[in-house]
Amino acid sequence: MEIRNKLELRNISKIFLTRKSYSVAIQQVDLEVRENEFLVLLGPGQCGKTVLLNIVAGLLEQTTGEICIDGAPYSGLNNQIGFIFQSIGIMPWLTVRDNVAIGPKFAGKNKKERYEIAQKNIDLVRLTGFEKHFPRQLSGGMKQRVGIARAYANNPEILLMDEPFGQLDAQTRYAMQDEILRIWNENKRTVIFVTNNIEEAVYLGDRIVLFSSRPMQVKGVYDLTSLERPRDYTDEDFLEIRQKISDNMDLVLE
Amino acid sequence: MNKSKIKVQVNDLCKSFGDLRVLQDCNFTVEDGEFLCVVGPTGCGKTTFLNLLCNLIEPTSGEVLIDGERASPQKHNLSFIFQEPSAFPWLTVEQNIEYGLKAKNHDKIYIKSQVNKVIEIMGLQEYRHSFPGEMSTSAEQKIVIGRAFAMNPDLLLMDEPYGQMDIKTRFYLEDEVVRIWKEFKRTVIFITHNIEEAVYLAERVLVLTDKPAHIKEEILINLPRPRDVTAPEFIGIRNHITELIKWW
Repeated sequence: MEIRNKLELRNISKIFLTRKSYSVAIQQVDLEVRENEFLVLLGPGQCGKTVLLNIVAGLLEQTTGEICIDGAPYSGLNNQIGFIFQSIGIMPWLTVRDNVAIGPKFAGKNKKERYEIAQKNIDLVRLTGFEKHFPRQLSGGMKQRVGIARAYANNPEILLMDEPFGQLDAQTRYAMQDEILRIWNENKRTVIFVTNNIEEAVYLGDRIVLFSSRPMQVKGVYDLTSLERPRDYTDEDFLEIRQKISDNMDLVLE
Repeated sequence: MNKSKIKVQVNDLCKSFGDLRVLQDCNFTVEDGEFLCVVGPTGCGKTTFLNLLCNLIEPTSGEVLIDGERASPQKHNLSFIFQEPSAFPWLTVEQNIEYGLKAKNHDKIYIKSQVNKVIEIMGLQEYRHSFPGEMSTSAEQKIVIGRAFAMNPDLLLMDEPYGQMDIKTRFYLEDEVVRIWKEFKRTVIFITHNIEEAVYLAERVLVLTDKPAHIKEEILINLPRPRDVTAPEFIGIRNHITELIKWW
């Protein structure tokens, strides 16, 4: 089967200017994302992962380089791209259903249509029965499911996930990792998932791109397609690849 | 190992909030100088458990004894390390570590030696005069842990201090906490969601059930240190505990 690139980043750099000086956040990153793959971007804290994701989403402009979807360069916001945020950016004053329906609403869909879309995606993330609940009535894992449903409701071809499970405890994290794989399997999309957690990266990714600490550069790419799913956190191969990546990852303490 | 002195004794500890029973008939002991980890499913009442142990809240029934006496902040040195680093932002690393010692009116020479010892073990020499805001979260957590050990606490409670950290950072900090624990020989109760972490750190693991929480099993961990997380014995224990609490 021919592997098609959905998204290509060529020579992306990002420099932030301040009045007196400048700092290089991203230095010449090249990246190819295959269609419908689960790509994990892994890097130590504060290395610039979110900056890169924001550039792909069109929320920030790169200093150099270009980004192509299906071979065509683009800039700015793009409705083929969905975004799931680290901070669970759902609206506290809206019910689960209205949160999920917000994208279709802005797209001009009528109430009936958008509630249909919302219901389908609420079912997908298994929140059926919670349509009329408000975010404060939900647990952390459930809130993040609302975020996932909302992103899916826009029917994007590319889904960007910025450390969506960063605030969850280790056990809820395991549960949500299984959930995200199940949802992705039922509804294949090109996923770019950002994390600083090596175990999570190895559990989820078809491929892992490892970044250095700031200024961010690609340190290595790991192909895990041979590691069968569902993966086992304590399997020998799993621990071996986790160790290998851990040895290659920068330890950032300061 | 010959250290049979019982430091902490918990008898029939129960806690309810209104109709909600969170903790039911918890009985266990902790030996002097032991490193005990407590794991349980999410939402089982681990934090309530810790809050009871350090007397932040009153039990509905039952008691916590330290050296045979009812645990009390007036009598005992109880230290608590939270998930979010809680170093005083207006004090330097050195001032943070000596804070409690000064408050307890220890003499200057003792304070100095304790502070130096902590700073050396935690590798904080070059940050002695830095402020927490100038450091990373993981470095700040090192200050807090150092500050707690400097007090020579009777009981040190740690509520998932490395919860949000990546394994690379976590392993590094876990090795450090083992090092300082060995040096100061304090009694530690360490709560975590992370089973690998519990097996890596503990001499003994208490496994809690779901709410109302009681102790499901106690597991002794007699693996040599530093522990190898890929060793079959290690994985065996990790998988066994995972089976006991798995809900996901």
